[in-house]
Amino acid sequence: MCMCRCSSVLFVSSAVGLALERLIMCASVKYGSRGPALIPRMKTKHRIYYITLFSVVLLGLIATGMFQFWPHSIESSAEWSLDRRSVHDAPLVRIPMSSPIPERGDLSCRMHTCFDVYRCGYNPKNKIKVFIYPLQRFVDEVGVPISSTGLSREYNDLLSAISDSDFYTDDVTRACLFIPSIDVLNQNSLRIRETAQALAMLPRWDKGMNHLLFNMLPGGPPDYNTALDVPRDRALLAGGGFSTWTYRQGYDVSIPVYSPLSAEVDLPERQPGPRRYFILSSQTAIHREYRVELERLKEENGEALLLLDKCSNLSQDLASVRKRCYKGQVYDYPQILQESSFCVVLRGARLGQATLSDVLQAGCVPVIMADSYILPFSEVLDWKRASVVIPEEKLPEMYTILKSIPHRQVEEMQRQARWFWEAYFSSMKAIGMTTLQIINDRIYPYAARTYEEWNNPSVVKWSSVNSPLFLPLIPPRSPGFTAVVLTYDRIESLFRVITEISKVPSLAKLLVVWNNQNKSPPEESLWPKVTVPLKVVRTKENKLSNRFFPFDEIETEAVLAIDDDIIMLTSDELQFGYEVWREFPDRLVGYPGRLHLWDHEMGKWKYESEWTNEVSMVLTGAAFYHKYFNYLYTYKMPGDIKNWVDAHMNCEDIAMNFLVANITGKAPIKVTPRKKFKCPECTAIDGLSLDQTHMVERSECINKFASVFGTMPLKVVEHRADPVLYKDDFPEKLKSFPNIGSL
Amino acid sequence: MQAKKRYLILFSAGVCLILLFYLQGPASRRTPNRGDDPHPHWPHFSDPLRAFIPWDQTETEDYNVRVSPRHKRDDNSGAYKCRMDSCFDFSLCGSNGFKVYVYPQQKGEKISESYRNILSSIESSRFYTSDPGQACLFVLNLDTLDRDQLSPQYVHNLKTKIQNLNLWNNGRNHLIFNLYSGTWPDYTEDLGFEIGQAMLAKASISTENFRPDFDISIPLFSKDHPRTGGDRGYLKYNTIPPFRKYVLVFKGKRYLTGIGSDTRNALHHVHNAEDVVLLTTCKHGKDWQKHKDARCDKDNAEYDRYDYKEMLHNSTFCLVPRGRRLGSFRFLEALQAACVPVMLSNGWELPFSEIIDWHTAAVIGDERLLLQIPSTVRSIHQDRILSLRQQTQFLWEAYFSSVEKIVLTTLEIIQDRVLQHNARSTLMWNRLPGGLFTLPQFSSYLGDFPFFYSVLGVKPQQKFTAVIHAVTPLVSQSQPIFKLLVAVAKSQYCAQIIVLWNCDKPLPAKHRWPATSVPVIVIEGESKVMSSRFLPYDNIRTDAVLSLDEDTVLSTTEVDFAFTVWQIFPERIVGYPARSHFWDSNKERWGYTSKWTNDYSMVLTGAAFYHRYYNYLYTQYLPGSLKSMVDQLSNCEDILMNFLVSAVTKMPPIKVTQKKQYKETMMGQTSRASRWADPDHFAQRQMCMNKFASWFGTMPLVHSQMRLDPVLFKDQVSILRKKYRDIERL
Repeated sequence: MCMCRCSSVLFVSSAVGLALERLIMCASVKYGSRGPALIPRMKTKHRIYYITLFSVVLLGLIATGMFQFWPHSIESSAEWSLDRRSVHDAPLVRIPMSSPIPERGDLSCRMHTCFDVYRCGYNPKNKIKVFIYPLQRFVDEVGVPISSTGLSREYNDLLSAISDSDFYTDDVTRACLFIPSIDVLNQNSLRIRETAQALAMLPRWDKGMNHLLFNMLPGGPPDYNTALDVPRDRALLAGGGFSTWTYRQGYDVSIPVYSPLSAEVDLPERQPGPRRYFILSSQTAIHREYRVELERLKEENGEALLLLDKCSNLSQDLASVRKRCYKGQVYDYPQILQESSFCVVLRGARLGQATLSDVLQAGCVPVIMADSYILPFSEVLDWKRASVVIPEEKLPEMYTILKSIPHRQVEEMQRQARWFWEAYFSSMKAIGMTTLQIINDRIYPYAARTYEEWNNPSVVKWSSVNSPLFLPLIPPRSPGFTAVVLTYDRIESLFRVITEISKVPSLAKLLVVWNNQNKSPPEESLWPKVTVPLKVVRTKENKLSNRFFPFDEIETEAVLAIDDDIIMLTSDELQFGYEVWREFPDRLVGYPGRLHLWDHEMGKWKYESEWTNEVSMVLTGAAFYHKYFNYLYTYKMPGDIKNWVDAHMNCEDIAMNFLVANITGKAPIKVTPRKKFKCPECTAIDGLSLDQTHMVERSECINKFASVFGTMPLKVVEHRADPVLYKDDFPEKLKSFPNIGSL
Repeated sequence: MQAKKRYLILFSAGVCLILLFYLQGPASRRTPNRGDDPHPHWPHFSDPLRAFIPWDQTETEDYNVRVSPRHKRDDNSGAYKCRMDSCFDFSLCGSNGFKVYVYPQQKGEKISESYRNILSSIESSRFYTSDPGQACLFVLNLDTLDRDQLSPQYVHNLKTKIQNLNLWNNGRNHLIFNLYSGTWPDYTEDLGFEIGQAMLAKASISTENFRPDFDISIPLFSKDHPRTGGDRGYLKYNTIPPFRKYVLVFKGKRYLTGIGSDTRNALHHVHNAEDVVLLTTCKHGKDWQKHKDARCDKDNAEYDRYDYKEMLHNSTFCLVPRGRRLGSFRFLEALQAACVPVMLSNGWELPFSEIIDWHTAAVIGDERLLLQIPSTVRSIHQDRILSLRQQTQFLWEAYFSSVEKIVLTTLEIIQDRVLQHNARSTLMWNRLPGGLFTLPQFSSYLGDFPFFYSVLGVKPQQKFTAVIHAVTPLVSQSQPIFKLLVAVAKSQYCAQIIVLWNCDKPLPAKHRWPATSVPVIVIEGESKVMSSRFLPYDNIRTDAVLSLDEDTVLSTTEVDFAFTVWQIFPERIVGYPARSHFWDSNKERWGYTSKWTNDYSMVLTGAAFYHRYYNYLYTQYLPGSLKSMVDQLSNCEDILMNFLVSAVTKMPPIKVTQKKQYKETMMGQTSRASRWADPDHFAQRQMCMNKFASWFGTMPLVHSQMRLDPVLFKDQVSILRKKYRDIERL
């Protein structure tokens, strides 16, 4: 009683509020447009208006508060009733005999002809919105349902998965894709004509535009067409068992036939490797011509093949589905699939077979022999890495063909098969989400998932490296490099560095990063005279990461990071470093090399700066690298490494080495022989490195970074780069880089 | 007072806003509730539902009583639409592999230059056979490229000419190349003759007419498109940030009426004359003045203000809208210029769509959403631009830069269909070095190729096989081959040694070979020719091959060090003695030098590590003409190998340190010395270089200025600290 009154009050007040609000809106818009000059001219007679306005506003606020407070109980009661819903509560819809029938699917339909892309709109998330029609029970004029199954368990699972996903919208006006709740998964249980009529009766049908139907078992005896026979206008079809004749490439989606065993049987993943049997055939309804051929193969190759059939001696009940027999011996299905390297998936009456799903689940490599079959999700999945497709005609050669596959490839395919099942076959949800993602990718192709995202199992995604600079390019010499000198207050040393670097022929520009906020850089006239442009950038904070900032002033792709105390590198050495960088533009190319080592006693990583035979890092106190890595360091450094480095004022070079090695999978290149990186009047990197506490700190950095990256990306190499004729018995003046390695 | 009023107004306005927010918010959220569906989400039904597939129907039994599955397969063969399994006779490809026959050219038959290039590309490829009895695929001698009746290249009476071909057989196993079909005004895709069951390799083909898994969409190329080699892509470096002066450009004709005019006529809506520059001209054809519309004069003036080349090179994205036909020259131009193509051609089956994942190199737009294109391309992240741009270059160089590549790609696609189980995966096609260099017959396992280690996250095997090429008889135990055998066998990485006995003398007895810790296998070369040293012997099971001449002098340390370097660069040749090439501008040809120079571009295979896949590639990929030239000269095999590997990797080989006496000792040796001292020898190598360069159509060799040494090489530190100390000792 109370609730009822409150809601009626609420209704009145909100209605009044709304009405007034509109009035005010109009008023304020009007005044707003004329500007503030009008306000002073207002007369006192308006005062009453304002008072009323104020009170109404107050009232409105109270009303809103109540509105916000009460509805919870109303909604929760509605949800409570929801939980007990039954399919039989769904409204009954009678289809008149004369109700229109959609046209048969148009084979020439493509996304650009039969799909209304305007409904999907342009949105920043690049995600389509999917609407599901509420469940209705369609019956014909005499009350017979259009389907013998009604809503199946699987279709219900599919729809609730979609409804729980990001794709779902309950707002029919915002939807881009419509999914009828009429279950057409299995054509056998459908009355074709009536189903078609029911589809056409859907409120937004509009010639099937943007409608998606899911069908796994198309066709019926005796012809078994490869696509759903229900006339469906322009509706998209996600079908299991398409052939190249019925599949509209880029429009339909080929989906797997869901195997109910997926949910019932738990097959643990097996390590890839050789199995007891080489080839296994487990299908029961193989055409007798093919069975004869399989048996001939069995005769030739004996134990390697296992040909199973249904068990004739067992009673035909539910349990018999999970048994297979060979000469009276009973095997458990699908467990037996795990005992074979290859499993045959032959054309049945239909092209799509639920067996495929079982085989993949067992991590057995499917041998698919069904000519013109469009493999599930073939638009995005690379089946050549997970299966062997053999023309039916070559069935007799199957054994030889499979034997020719290297065993490592078999293992690779076993792993891939299992991964396909887990990601795309294992549940109706997986099938539904994959289908929607494929359609989504077509509508927003520029934001589509990549081949790697679709096809690489997480193990491979983790270990594989896709360098962002993958094109083999040796950039021309002419743009040269930009030297970025990080400095704080060692002006004298800085000027010497600048003078030295300016002698390098390929230097294009000098950029001094002035990291001292308390002191201004020296006047322009005091700087050494150099032939290339020299630019000083003043930073806001004294951070080490400033040296790796992708300044707009860096116009070359090659960057030479150099400390303000590195005066011992000769012009030949620097020029040669640049030449080496050109041959390896995706690597760090530097002078002093360092190594990380595993300390077995302490059980952690250790930093090493001694004379070692190996190198895994180069110090960025003097190193060439691609400007891209500046961008990466500044914006894509994983975890808190960047802040950590700035806080500790150390290890920015180690962080850079980690970053580059992690993304490219490649080791840095140390150039030219080791020299004493010590200048007479300053403490250089080496000087510092010798300090014990410094070493401990550097080791800590390595351990910290390794834990952030979750792996040790650094790669160890045993080589360094020298000029071709380095130390060769050859006249020095004929060498390009004679002045190398002299201390 | 006035101030008060002002505040009041402000206050009330604020309150109104709040009210609006509160009232409108929940109202809009609840709208669907008021409709006929009270449930925002799919309900959870409590009643038990039936499975979609009854347990006893999982496999349909009545199939067994039906006709043979063979008939089922052949059901569709009568249709005009074809698929490989219905219109292609696989049995022709069975015994001889995938061979292509070209009908002999007839006198008086007019053939355009483009088609002549196509035919000669086939004829110089490894697929060619002159015997129709061995052929699996047939290519016509009749020019079918231009089927536009108004074109001067149009060949008349093609219908009868084709019917008269003795092997035509209703086009079965025939491949027809076509660039233009149909004519003004409707530009249909009709070729003007009955293609029957022949496959089409056609440009500008629409998805509607495209027979998937049968036809092949090829790019439209101009008559100036080079036959072989071809220019490299224009991308020289990856600038960061990757944005160029313009965001999106286009410059081309505008069709005022008729098919394909809509999109180009609408381009001016998007043009902003700043970073989106889309220019059209009405000035084409004879009577453009007749049809011209209000925009024409303005457009034409704007059109002339910009230089196409300049725009192409300075734009991040290039629009590729459809012309009269679906494809246009803009596509290849943009691809080469590293200007990411933005496709605006609904229904165009993109070139080689069967194998190329175009999403990685192009933006595929929708003509209907032209107005969204600028915001779409602007929203593309710079990391993606970087990768799209590099991919354009890879694809251009791998499949499009010459007529030969386009033709070979077409043939390889068909071969992949024929050898279905041995076809390339999408990864092989879309990753460096591309499908033409990745032969799936070598292995179906990606890890067996030198290119995919990082993609798979695996490493090459830790062992190598040494192959020693022996040409002189065994006389004394002091022969260098014995020293070499012992030194190589001592390497911790050596799995086995193969001695390839290419000497005219019979095989020496087993006991004459030194005892080593690794197996030594002696193979007698059958034909005793030079190329046999690069045969992919089954005995070679390791990824790495160490190719050696019998007189090579190497220490175990040198071998060990070179192998550790090779493991880092498994796709390159890693070896000791290096050579260089140069362009001799006086003689207008390539020069070869063995002098000590500051750079090199070849590493001699007399002492070099390389991946065993290159043995396969050398044997299978290179044409018989080059290999037989090498065999006849008994020379240049190393140059050819370097050409091949550099053509694949686009990178120089790697030279590692060697003891300095190498060269002197080598020259002092008997057999080799005679070969090297021969004045003809050098001239031959020069000639080889030029022959190879002309077959490759370009000079694949790349110079390097560096050599890799052990980290502490010649450093002033105790020699005991050094791992590879022998390299420094003389």
